[in-house]
Amino acid sequence: MSKEALERLQRKFPQEVVGTHSMHGDETAIVDRRGLITVCTWLKESPDMDFSMLSDLTAVDYLGMKPQVRVASPGAEKLRTDGKAPRFEVVYHLTSLKHGWRLRLKVPVDLEDLTVPSVVSLWKSANWMEREVWDMYGIRFDGHPDLRRILLYEEFVGHPLRKDYPMRKRQPLIPMKNPDA
Amino acid sequence: MSTHAAHDDKTWEKESEDDFIRPEHEADLAGDLHTKHMEINMGPSHPATHGTVKIKVELDGETVVKSDTLVGYLHRGFEKSCENVTWTQCFPYTDRLNYVSPLMNNVTFALAVEKLLGLGPKLSDRVKYLRVIASEISRITDHLTCSAAQAMELGGLTGFFWLIQARERLWDRVEELCGARMTTTWTRIGGASNDAPEGWKERVLETLDLTMKMVEDLEGITKRNRIFVDRMMNVGTITAEEAVNWGWTGPCLRATGVPYDVRKASPYLVYDRLQFEVPVGQRGDSYDRFLCRLEEIRQSRRIIQQCFEQMPAKGAMLVDDPAVALPGKNNVYYSIEGLISHFKIIMEGIHVPPGEAYAYTEAANGELGFYLVSDGGGRAWKARCRPPCFIHTATLDTLMKGRMLADLVPIFDSINMIGGECDR
Repeated sequence: MSKEALERLQRKFPQEVVGTHSMHGDETAIVDRRGLITVCTWLKESPDMDFSMLSDLTAVDYLGMKPQVRVASPGAEKLRTDGKAPRFEVVYHLTSLKHGWRLRLKVPVDLEDLTVPSVVSLWKSANWMEREVWDMYGIRFDGHPDLRRILLYEEFVGHPLRKDYPMRKRQPLIPMKNPDA
Repeated sequence: MSTHAAHDDKTWEKESEDDFIRPEHEADLAGDLHTKHMEINMGPSHPATHGTVKIKVELDGETVVKSDTLVGYLHRGFEKSCENVTWTQCFPYTDRLNYVSPLMNNVTFALAVEKLLGLGPKLSDRVKYLRVIASEISRITDHLTCSAAQAMELGGLTGFFWLIQARERLWDRVEELCGARMTTTWTRIGGASNDAPEGWKERVLETLDLTMKMVEDLEGITKRNRIFVDRMMNVGTITAEEAVNWGWTGPCLRATGVPYDVRKASPYLVYDRLQFEVPVGQRGDSYDRFLCRLEEIRQSRRIIQQCFEQMPAKGAMLVDDPAVALPGKNNVYYSIEGLISHFKIIMEGIHVPPGEAYAYTEAANGELGFYLVSDGGGRAWKARCRPPCFIHTATLDTLMKGRMLADLVPIFDSINMIGGECDR
């Protein structure tokens, strides 16, 4: 049903959308992060699309996944010169209440430059979810008003949902906070 | 204080009326009141914030100037844990997300894995109906808890006892279904662990009648109660556009007048065969959210009654697919193939084809979604839970701005933040 939305998006932004798939009925577009804000603004503001809700925002770390099983990122390898798909992907789930459409955007990013433009100015729901992605994956969001950790505490070392963060890693004890200070 | 302390009772008596306002007091009254903003920590353990959350409020007198909601006290690494166990072993973790309606989390996670496996059409009708019944019972228990807490925190402890009594009875029915009140772990990939016991239908319907009586009683003492209405109506108001922009779903969104319900918009399981209405509010305030929840309890009861009427009397509890379903015990103990199959499913997990899927359902709080990525192995590469109340709680600071401190309680309650789901 959301096929039409994906086709329109592809027609409108042939440069920014580097790949698409419709696995299990979930229409997905892989978007170059340089065009993310343009694409999102159009998706939200254009009355033909009207993706008024950002349902979910998360990230995936593909470190160590074999390229032949990474089937859900077609075209991501175009974003790098060496032909490998970038390690991380920020995943956006958009909903258009008017048309009943769902669309998934995926923005591949690499460890060397882990920043993605923030979409808080478009959807306020991105505020906490971007903070969570920063907390868990260490991906920075350019233009976020208040990029702090959210589920973990400030003194936490590392980003636990990265694949190279060990399952049973211990964190150093932190000094007791002085309430009078 | 210090001026008073300097005088003992005797000197105080001697003073005349003219002396009553002393020069230093006069100076205070004529000039500006030396007020400054006060910062108060509410929580992480506070009787009015059921759930471990800390709200740092900056107060000007009793008015909230700014607030900062700090969540994460119940964070236990849901996603990391799920990535390190087999797909089936994730179910106990999902129980602990929204622990007031655990069956819904079970069902949604099962639907997400089944979407990746393409198992949906193979499920038997009986399992589908049972899953809907389980979900709707959970929706009722969730709404009962939220409404009960709302009544209690605004002073109506009696209403709390009524609804919690009804919830206990419903949880007894849940226990009859799967052996536990809260840590249900009832669904399996491709079905459910067991069928409903004998006589369950009658007991569920009977309990629902009791629940409706309790709900009516609560309505009697709250709906037109001056204190309750004054503290709920036009408190925590949000417009429909704002709510959508903040990602609101569920009864909170519907209270603003947006009739969005996943069960209607993109029906899953057997919701397309059932008749029910989607109650909507007008003002988008705490009071409308309260009323929407109570009305949804009625609709859920309707759904359960229809399910029992339509449900086939028999049906397989698990799909007939040796790659997904555990073989029968007889097979495991007396045949080598059965033993190997059992061993591989338990030790390696169900092999889910590589890919990604996002499955979402209408949970009690709103849209509950699971975004799963598989690399073809027995474990999730990524298991993201889209928690409705985390997204609602993000709005709290905006709703609180400019309100009185006492308004925090009804606003926070009507958002229905559940620590297990919010912090994961």
